[in-house]
Amino acid sequence: MELKWTIKFEADRDREFARWISHTVGGERIRHCLQCGLCSASCPLSLYMDYTPRRLMHLSREGFKEEVLSSASIWLCTACYACMVECPKKINITHLMYALKERAILEGFYPKRFPIPVMARQFCRMVRSSGRITESWLILQVFLRSAIWRLLGMSNLGWRLFRAGRMTMKREKIQRQHEIVTLLDSVAETRKELAL
Amino acid sequence: MKYAYYPGCSLRGTGRAYEESLLAVFRSLEIEAQELDDWNCCGATTYLSVDELTSYALAARNLALAERERMDIIAPCAACYLVLNKTQRYIRDYPDIKTVVSRALTAIGLEYRDRVRVRHPLDVFLNDIGVKAIAAKVVKPLKGLKVAPYYGCQIVRPYATFDDQRNPTTMDRLLEACGATVIPYTLKTRCCGGSQKGTLPEVGLDLIRYLITEAQKNGADVIATVCPLCQFNLECFQKEASGQLRDAQFRRDPLSIPVLYFTQLMALALGAPGVTIGMERSLVPIEPVLAAKEIAYA
Repeated sequence: MELKWTIKFEADRDREFARWISHTVGGERIRHCLQCGLCSASCPLSLYMDYTPRRLMHLSREGFKEEVLSSASIWLCTACYACMVECPKKINITHLMYALKERAILEGFYPKRFPIPVMARQFCRMVRSSGRITESWLILQVFLRSAIWRLLGMSNLGWRLFRAGRMTMKREKIQRQHEIVTLLDSVAETRKELAL
Repeated sequence: MKYAYYPGCSLRGTGRAYEESLLAVFRSLEIEAQELDDWNCCGATTYLSVDELTSYALAARNLALAERERMDIIAPCAACYLVLNKTQRYIRDYPDIKTVVSRALTAIGLEYRDRVRVRHPLDVFLNDIGVKAIAAKVVKPLKGLKVAPYYGCQIVRPYATFDDQRNPTTMDRLLEACGATVIPYTLKTRCCGGSQKGTLPEVGLDLIRYLITEAQKNGADVIATVCPLCQFNLECFQKEASGQLRDAQFRRDPLSIPVLYFTQLMALALGAPGVTIGMERSLVPIEPVLAAKEIAYA
């Protein structure tokens, strides 16, 4: 058997990342974390995580960017907010998970054909083009781009939902679509201007 | 008082039964609700994880539209309810977000002045109408029907807007007013996995299975939900979730329990005819249960 060294050194830290996490929306109180572990205890998914929320909070505020962004935990979070309710220091943990996800997608920290970023991208595209989401089309597009084989396994369920009138091929669309496009472009512009 | 009804995308797709039954309850309780003019997707949890700032602007368009009509919003979908609430709070707390949102709204000729309240049907039924008024209108009491009340996450968390965060009871009280027996259900606010069933199926199935087995163990005839995604998860993957169990007994006798929206049960008790409340859209039929309890159904 070989021993695996997991010691981390000062030099491994990414200070920019640590600064970013404590200045991002929701990260204001991350330095107050006591490491009490109530977040991990209340998390229904911590069982499946490589780094539990408690460890993730500590690693990110110390600047271990690689470990944090390549961790499976940030993709496992379902945003159920259990951790946030229990946190004695009122740290916005769920929101930080969102921030970490956003950053991981931005910097490409995910495996090829990983369904979560694919779904996020398709979702945003559909909002821009229709203003509303048509679930059947979204699901179809996500699986076509990430895991075609799983569509076969789901065809039976799809058919039953279709027969019950719960899946439709008709696309939902709002009337004033141009407003959504203007809105989205305006956000992008302001963000650039204020460097947010 | 008139409300702006904000259905959200799911109620036009997999959650159609929710919309049909909710509108039936509105009619029975004489609640005046008008669909929000040209509403758009709130962004849900998905948009938040890729582009947070933009998602607030999207949600704020709906808030501004309702504000222009001077009405409170009723948002039945749990994700919409939370996103709209969260957007209000973040605009209040973060000046940068406020700047981005108000510039975006100005570009489309709207304005948001924080004068609108976002409400959930549970809140409106209990606090605006009241248990007594509802009980008085019940024509078909759900006598003997044992219901497991499942709230899920985003109605009570992270903001305790109208109920306790660890042991909410709004739905319990409404269903009891309709004559049903509400069973103790300790997992009432545990997560159903959200979209995890689609993206990481093994994990999603585990979470779904806990919730169903617990309800069956406590003797529930039906699970009542308040969220389209919870309802979808709990109803559509019962067979798959049983297949995962090593216990041979579950293989022979797979998990099977009807999962309805709380509004469907309320509409039934308030005497709405069956065809308009979406019962026929269920994949696990409720009819055998109702027949066994001798509850008349349409």
